[in-house]
Amino acid sequence: MKKRTVDWSRYGILFAWIALIIVFSLAENSFLSIKNIFNILRQVAIVGICSVGMTFVILTGGMDLSVGSVIGVSAVGGAIMMSSGFPPIIAVSVALIIGMTSGFINAFFINEVGIAPIIMTLGMMTSLRGVAYILCGGYPVYGIPEEFLIIGQGYLNVVPVPVIIMLIVFVVGYFILNKTTFGRSVYGIGGNAEASRLSGVNVKMIIYKIYILAGALYALAGLILLARVNSGQPKAGDGYEMDVITACVLGGISVSGGEGRIGGVIIGVLMMGTLTNGMILMNVPEFWQWVVKGVVLVIAVTIDQVAKKGRVKASTKA
Amino acid sequence: MKNTILSLSHIKKRYPGVLALDDVSLDFYEGETHAIVGENGAGKSTLIKVITGAIHSTEGEMYFEGKPIYNNSPSKSLQVGIVAIYQEFNLFPFLSVAENIFYGQYPKKQGIIVDFKKMEQETKRILEDLGVDIEPLAQVKDLSVGYQQIIEIAKAVSHKAKVLIMDEPSAPLTNNEVDCLFKVIERLKAQGVTILYISHRLEEIFRICDRVSVFRDGRYIQTMNVAETDAKEIIKIMVNRSLGEQFPKRNCIRGEKVLEIRNLKTNILKDISLEAYRGEILGLAGLVGAGRTEIVRALFGADKIQSGQFLLHGSILKINSPRDAIQAGIGLIPEDRKRQGVLLGMSITENISYAHMKTISRFGVIDQTKDEYEANRYMESLKIKTPSIRQKIKNLSGGNQQKVVLAKWLFTNCEVLVFDEPTRGIDVGAKQEIYRLMHHLIEQGKIIIMISSEMPELLGMADRIIVMHEGRITGEVMRDQVTQEDIMKLSSGL
Repeated sequence: MKKRTVDWSRYGILFAWIALIIVFSLAENSFLSIKNIFNILRQVAIVGICSVGMTFVILTGGMDLSVGSVIGVSAVGGAIMMSSGFPPIIAVSVALIIGMTSGFINAFFINEVGIAPIIMTLGMMTSLRGVAYILCGGYPVYGIPEEFLIIGQGYLNVVPVPVIIMLIVFVVGYFILNKTTFGRSVYGIGGNAEASRLSGVNVKMIIYKIYILAGALYALAGLILLARVNSGQPKAGDGYEMDVITACVLGGISVSGGEGRIGGVIIGVLMMGTLTNGMILMNVPEFWQWVVKGVVLVIAVTIDQVAKKGRVKASTKA
Repeated sequence: MKNTILSLSHIKKRYPGVLALDDVSLDFYEGETHAIVGENGAGKSTLIKVITGAIHSTEGEMYFEGKPIYNNSPSKSLQVGIVAIYQEFNLFPFLSVAENIFYGQYPKKQGIIVDFKKMEQETKRILEDLGVDIEPLAQVKDLSVGYQQIIEIAKAVSHKAKVLIMDEPSAPLTNNEVDCLFKVIERLKAQGVTILYISHRLEEIFRICDRVSVFRDGRYIQTMNVAETDAKEIIKIMVNRSLGEQFPKRNCIRGEKVLEIRNLKTNILKDISLEAYRGEILGLAGLVGAGRTEIVRALFGADKIQSGQFLLHGSILKINSPRDAIQAGIGLIPEDRKRQGVLLGMSITENISYAHMKTISRFGVIDQTKDEYEANRYMESLKIKTPSIRQKIKNLSGGNQQKVVLAKWLFTNCEVLVFDEPTRGIDVGAKQEIYRLMHHLIEQGKIIIMISSEMPELLGMADRIIVMHEGRITGEVMRDQVTQEDIMKLSSGL
């Protein structure tokens, strides 16, 4: 059967997002301007980069609550190094190493001790946040060299640099997940870790790699945030785990693992950003924004679930 | 006995691209044990799902005790007294045996509080009736496949079914447990329970069934009285061709010793040593729990061992994981296909290359064209029935899924292939194909070790049989010098 019919039910989230854009552009004139569009893209860049890492983690059936804290430590750590005179390239490397080490520790306890990912990363989230505060003594760190700010505030022509970095991360993430044996193993482990082990897949090694990769991406996001606000804030990234996980779930990644595509995650990220941006433009009070975000998540996932059941009915053979 | 309890009238079930049931009209009499046979894909599983209401028929009606059933559903059919036991178990691994058996019908004190004591007692009683020694409070996940099947049957028994549908119930059971099963069936028969018995094992049908209905390609062909027919005739109608010999003939020419296991000790295995030779199919016989699967899993690196050595071509292998085993050239086709064999969420193509992805990739990047080319190759040579190799494997029938698992291991080009219950849940035609395939592999010089609980299969395919009992080897016999009773005695430790 070579004919590929379009499966509209898969694109539920995409339609929801387009509907949202229509609603907002009707409600607010300034919504659909080039300036605002790039605004949205730049806002979501940090969450977007983290969500690629989170996608890999959730696909294997894991979870990572430490994203926000890694952002914090990375921002503070990088700021301290640069304000102490280290060249940016060294500071960046150290921040990335910190992120990867955090990921390694997560994976170590998950693999060797058997702690559930959600619990282990919860512990990491709490203690790393503490580390961020300890490093800077509780006060924001200033003195970031000019040349570093480019990655957060710079533009390549009209496109903000963070957006470019996010796009690169998504493209590389897409390639790894869909075109490599590593990506296939990620899906396989999420689907059935035992069958994967019995097929010769080195499950533990892959788990190490994805948490380390995720840690590196969170650290990168932290550095971009640092460049954007021009100071190392110990509170940086606080609460981001909710936005990142929501974006992944909205994008169709199943929390039980093994299912979901990274293309959907982009939409999920954009959807969240669009929503926040639109509500700000419409002067929706902050607390109401939270309510709306939560409701939108539930509605979007409901639509996706209903559509999924329809797909299952159509394709099931006895 | 001539009252019709369940009647199907012009049942059709259509799926996109395939007519799974084509105008089926059939009556089941009250109290009879009625066998339903047919190749995989003949429509047996679909039929059961329509009867229990798990799926709706596209056309046609169903009558129970004379009354039509509209909007059938699993709960509705259960209420009415129709209970089904499927090939894939519906058990809760983390709940106890008792909780599983009484799920949905926990005995209660004063209508609210669960009466665990009563539940435990009732469970004990049911299990004793079945003649099995299982702890009611044991967690289901700690039981073997064989015992889990028995819990499924106990569950149905607890629902006091009027019509009991069994889909390949004996497949994961050893001969001992099958005897228990049949004792229970006799008891249910005496109580007037109607039993629909779907099985590929014709010898069982002749043991306990009254009538047999043959299905082929979604069509109901005919019903015969068991007393008035024989296996040859049934097979002929099933496949519409006579099969001649059940097992392909082969002259065994034993070659050099290739594989050796020395003094293997684990929790269950006491001190196992054995050898495998080129040109000879080695069979492992024994009851559930005897240790056959444990030996091969140890060889494959799937389980940790206490001590022991594995030698291939005389050199000691260092095997700490399945990965090591595959690299050494050892493959294991597992007993439990759903839990250990297939990746349900992935496509057929992805499943086939999964154990040897380096062949279809360069520097880690997958060559999609090569991947699909190889998958197509196996699809053709193993005759895997599917509209496309991009299909998710969970949409295939059990038999075809097994073929995909076989394809996966053939693709690894392993020198040693271990088959753990290779033809469980597979139709007659496909079994033949697998037997011929195994002979072909032997001719290619591969080493084959086969675990089987089906005596005819063991005697038909294995050249030399090692029998186990409670972790020890109790005998080693050559195929043409032994009878089923001999093997049975050795399996029981006599």
